[in-house]
Amino acid sequence: MFKKILLAADGSEHSLRSANHAIELAEKFNGSIEAIYVIDGNTAKADVLHAADKFEIELKRKEKIKKVRELLEGSGVTFKTHILHGEAGPTIVAYANENNFDCVVIGSRGLNNLQEFLLGSVSHKVAKRADCPVLIVK
Amino acid sequence: MRTEQLRQEWFGNVKGDILSGLVVALALIPEAIAFSIIAGVDPMVGLYASFCIAVVISFVGGRPGMISAATGAMALLMVNLVAEYGLEYLLAATILTGIIQFLFGIFKLARAMKFVPRSVMVGFVNSLAILIFAAQLPHFAGESWIMYALVALTLAIIYLLPRITKAVPSALVAIIAVTAIVIFGDIQVGTVGDMGNLTQQLPVFLIPSIPFTLETLMIIFPYSLALAIVGLLESLLTANIVDDMTDTESDKNKESRGQGIANVVTGFFGGMAGCAMIGQSGINVKSGGRGRLSTFVAGTFLMFLIVVLGGFVVQIPMAALVGVMIMVSIGTFDWSSLKTLHKLPRTDAIVMLVTVAVVVYTNDLSKGVFAGVLLSAIFFAAKISKVKVTEELVMREQKRIYRVEGQLFFASVSDFTAKFNFADSVKEVEIDLTRAHLWDDSAIGALDKIEVKFAQNNIEVHYTGLNTDSEHLKNRIGGLTKASGD
Repeated sequence: MFKKILLAADGSEHSLRSANHAIELAEKFNGSIEAIYVIDGNTAKADVLHAADKFEIELKRKEKIKKVRELLEGSGVTFKTHILHGEAGPTIVAYANENNFDCVVIGSRGLNNLQEFLLGSVSHKVAKRADCPVLIVK
Repeated sequence: MRTEQLRQEWFGNVKGDILSGLVVALALIPEAIAFSIIAGVDPMVGLYASFCIAVVISFVGGRPGMISAATGAMALLMVNLVAEYGLEYLLAATILTGIIQFLFGIFKLARAMKFVPRSVMVGFVNSLAILIFAAQLPHFAGESWIMYALVALTLAIIYLLPRITKAVPSALVAIIAVTAIVIFGDIQVGTVGDMGNLTQQLPVFLIPSIPFTLETLMIIFPYSLALAIVGLLESLLTANIVDDMTDTESDKNKESRGQGIANVVTGFFGGMAGCAMIGQSGINVKSGGRGRLSTFVAGTFLMFLIVVLGGFVVQIPMAALVGVMIMVSIGTFDWSSLKTLHKLPRTDAIVMLVTVAVVVYTNDLSKGVFAGVLLSAIFFAAKISKVKVTEELVMREQKRIYRVEGQLFFASVSDFTAKFNFADSVKEVEIDLTRAHLWDDSAIGALDKIEVKFAQNNIEVHYTGLNTDSEHLKNRIGGLTKASGD
């Protein structure tokens, strides 16, 4: 059922909770996980500004999703991690649809109504546009 | 191979490039006008600059998909030149800026940018944001609540419209809406037309009418140098950001040369100096632009719009432009630096704050960068100038051994010499330099001084463990006759 699971992760607390759910799902269905960390324009600007070179940028980003990696490594589930570039919502949707995932697991940031109106909800966008079932972890 | 690459850079993404180019052209217009107003020139000067720079850089730039045009950083540097000497001198300074940047590219000085520490770059973008914001404040002077309401409305549309649709740039919708309200509501507020002339003509080639004398050169050169450095700094930073956003590489020296060519051409066509734009390049990439075609379309469509819609542009109320500029300054500021400020090494935080303070005080980005780089260099020298000296007394031989650890150079020698006890009762002193490095004349001088002072107390000095570089230096310039390095 859920053999090929896409995990959207940015290293936040929410994404760690999502990782745990993705692992449980993968264990239950004997599936594999691909974790993606999406860098948007603002993050790219801040990262480039605060790092000396490409190597350091990459290092810092790997550091950011290290905890997610550790969870996955500890679980024994087959997994891969990628860093993608673009706006979070559309990039996750495009990756999920192009690579025929069976399920997307994504954390909800837990914004209030006003914040959601101003910032928009990535998880809702993904839920709306992805072709496969989406598990939003609260 | 070469033509294949060129074809890819131009026509590898035709649909995405054309669409994003149109979006960027629309987003560029209000900024080009607002930056002209900051510089104190007619809106056409910024619009011509944006057209020329974007079109030229699409051919000769090193970073496909990056947007260059009239910018706030450059506009802020020209204010005094324009106020004191007028537009013609600005055009001449723009051409000279281009020549300097071209030479930077020829001599491959893009690498020199690594000498600008990142805390200075953070200070650079933050102070740029503060200056752009501060430049908007005079527009509020003596205005009624209507001005504040219109600015607030502009900002509300800019930030809330993207929640509903991202098909059109929200800044443009804000400008059209606010302009419509002002026109149809017959509200009396200042407009772009009040700030200067707007001609619906294509730019023409003109040689700036200035006296070609040494005196003129002396007037424009300092401005041109500052413009050249700030322009390249922002362009190369933007290129790195676009590299990262698109996960591709770019040729930084070609970009430096390209920026130079673009500014030379712009100066001859009545435009002000410009550079790459972080915000607009971001809009371009997000809208799907990747190739040179996107930059080319942005420039040409911008000119087309001005020729067709010039009559509308003069009716845009200043309140709408002020709103757009406030958005630009919010977008430029590096907010993450506020969150991490207390976590940074204290010297880095001080360098960042000093850069900002100098820029805000002098209104000159180049002075801030210079101060920041200088201060970083001083902090660096202070950090590595800590020399550790440990002593050991060998009673049997009546000898004291000093083990020196660290870098010996002009900044560290005064502390270093103070660590020796010259009025010692031993017969012999051994200075172990295994873990030290001699860097300059001052280091040799310090060793000479130490030796002379010990000699006054009849103590003999020996050196051990000099590394090859240091020994070479010592033999070349040292007056150490009694030295016996082994």
